[in-house]
Amino acid sequence: MHSEGQLEPSDVMELNPNFHFRWEEPQQSHVLLYPEGIVKLNATAAEILEMCVMRGLTVAEGTEQLAHRYDGADLVSDVMQFMELAYAKGWIRPKS
Amino acid sequence: MPKAGSGLSLDGLGMPLWLVVELTYKCPLKCPWCSNPVDFDRYRNELSTEEWKDLLREGRRLGSLQLGFTGGEPTLRKDLEELVDEANRLGYYTNLITSGVGLSPQRVRDLKRAGLKQVQLSLQSCDSELSEMLVGLDVFAHKIEIARTIKAEGFPMVMNVPVSRYNIDQTEALIDLAADLGVEYLEFANLQYYNWALINRADLLPTREQLKRSEAAVAAARERLGKRLTIYFVVPDYFDDRPKACMNGWGAIHLTIAPDGTALPCQEARLIKDIEFPNVRQHGLDWIWRESPAFRRFRGDDWMKEPCRSCDDREKDFGGCRCQAFLLTGDAANTDPVCSKSPHRHLIDDILVEAENRQERAGADALIMRARCRS
Ligand SMILES: C[S@@+](CC[C@H](N)C(=O)[O-])C[C@H]1O[C@@H](n2cnc3c(N)ncnc32)[C@H](O)[C@@H]1O
Ligand code: SF4
Ligand code: SF4
Repeated sequence: MHSEGQLEPSDVMELNPNFHFRWEEPQQSHVLLYPEGIVKLNATAAEILEMCVMRGLTVAEGTEQLAHRYDGADLVSDVMQFMELAYAKGWIRPKS
Repeated sequence: MPKAGSGLSLDGLGMPLWLVVELTYKCPLKCPWCSNPVDFDRYRNELSTEEWKDLLREGRRLGSLQLGFTGGEPTLRKDLEELVDEANRLGYYTNLITSGVGLSPQRVRDLKRAGLKQVQLSLQSCDSELSEMLVGLDVFAHKIEIARTIKAEGFPMVMNVPVSRYNIDQTEALIDLAADLGVEYLEFANLQYYNWALINRADLLPTREQLKRSEAAVAAARERLGKRLTIYFVVPDYFDDRPKACMNGWGAIHLTIAPDGTALPCQEARLIKDIEFPNVRQHGLDWIWRESPAFRRFRGDDWMKEPCRSCDDREKDFGGCRCQAFLLTGDAANTDPVCSKSPHRHLIDDILVEAENRQERAGADALIMRARCRS
């Protein structure tokens, strides 16, 4: 980790162990459950989490996999933006 | 408990996302601010293990996600582990809200094994003397031992401090204690004045000066500790001129089930004496939530009177707290008297002036401790 809140493409992130990420049928969406809260994720956010956090890939590898899904679109800045938000909110952390 | 400082508001799509089950009103402690009904001893007819399990299943079907086990002291129920296990299996995020008195280190481990996700432990002071004065029993050392066990078992933990003028000057020391214990969340819950707290309000209210110092200590600690410790500071609404957005609105995302199966839109609601609340022993939860007159009574904004009815903030604060409106103005449909636009705001201001003019802190004998046989 470099300066505060900044992520690098080579970082490997994991879900904060106090959080649970799952599909919630009644909400028809993915949610994050954690002490004192619930976050309902939109489809894009859920997809990024699933690919770039839950699989133990580096941020760059996850982004590349996602790009494949979308005909090679350039997703780097979108993914980074979301990942840094998720990091700032404490949803994810560097894998130790 | 209405919490302004925690979680985030979200549209529940009409589902009771937050389910709170008060397993029992019984408790060995005697907190003189206890939010349980003053006549708590009348409700001994607690739901059985099977009845609670049915209720948990029904809650999931209605979309409940977060589940709080509370009371009274929920650890007095011998079936707590069994209920946690069932709730976990059903897919709830399970929270235990406890004073720690009914827990042993072994029981903490058993609850972990049953799938409990989080513990909220209340702590009233950072020294055993004041703690004993405030809760009526010498339990401080035990609470600290339990706090350490909770952390050793890897639970995320909320340390809850019910704040009054007696302990507010310990804000900084309590923050240090929380940091030392390694808890993730520290909640300063400035008391809400219902039930026992209302009886003792004149003695429990902090002064404005105390409050300012406490807020400053919290701000400094947030700066210092950063992500290590998240500090919630639930504002004491009397000192504000905006009411709290109580429960995110009546019947919006919160559902509480009292020990006897009475379903409530918030834990305090049964103090509104002119509403008859439905019971899960007589009605399905689906009907209770969607159709029952009690849950529809203050849903949305059709019920509002002036000044709320024509106020732009009504979708933000829902006119404040119905229980507070009932207690202080006699009509639950009135604007929360905390609001500066309420014609009853002077009631709150008078109370604050009185609090500023009290003499020095009264001793313990000034407080009426929670006990049986008051009604
Ligand atoms: C009623 S207690 C039940 C659980 C357990 N007996 C305990 O005290 O932790 C639930 C929570 O409400 C808090 N509480 C009690 N009375 C309150 C009041 N008047 N205002 C704000 N919080 C209160 C307690 O500190 C506790 O965290
Ligand atoms: S607030 Fe105090 S008296 Fe009330 S249930 Fe909790 S520990 Fe018991
Ligand atoms: S008048 Fe009613 S809606 Fe407007 S701010 Fe006051 S309580 Fe809220």
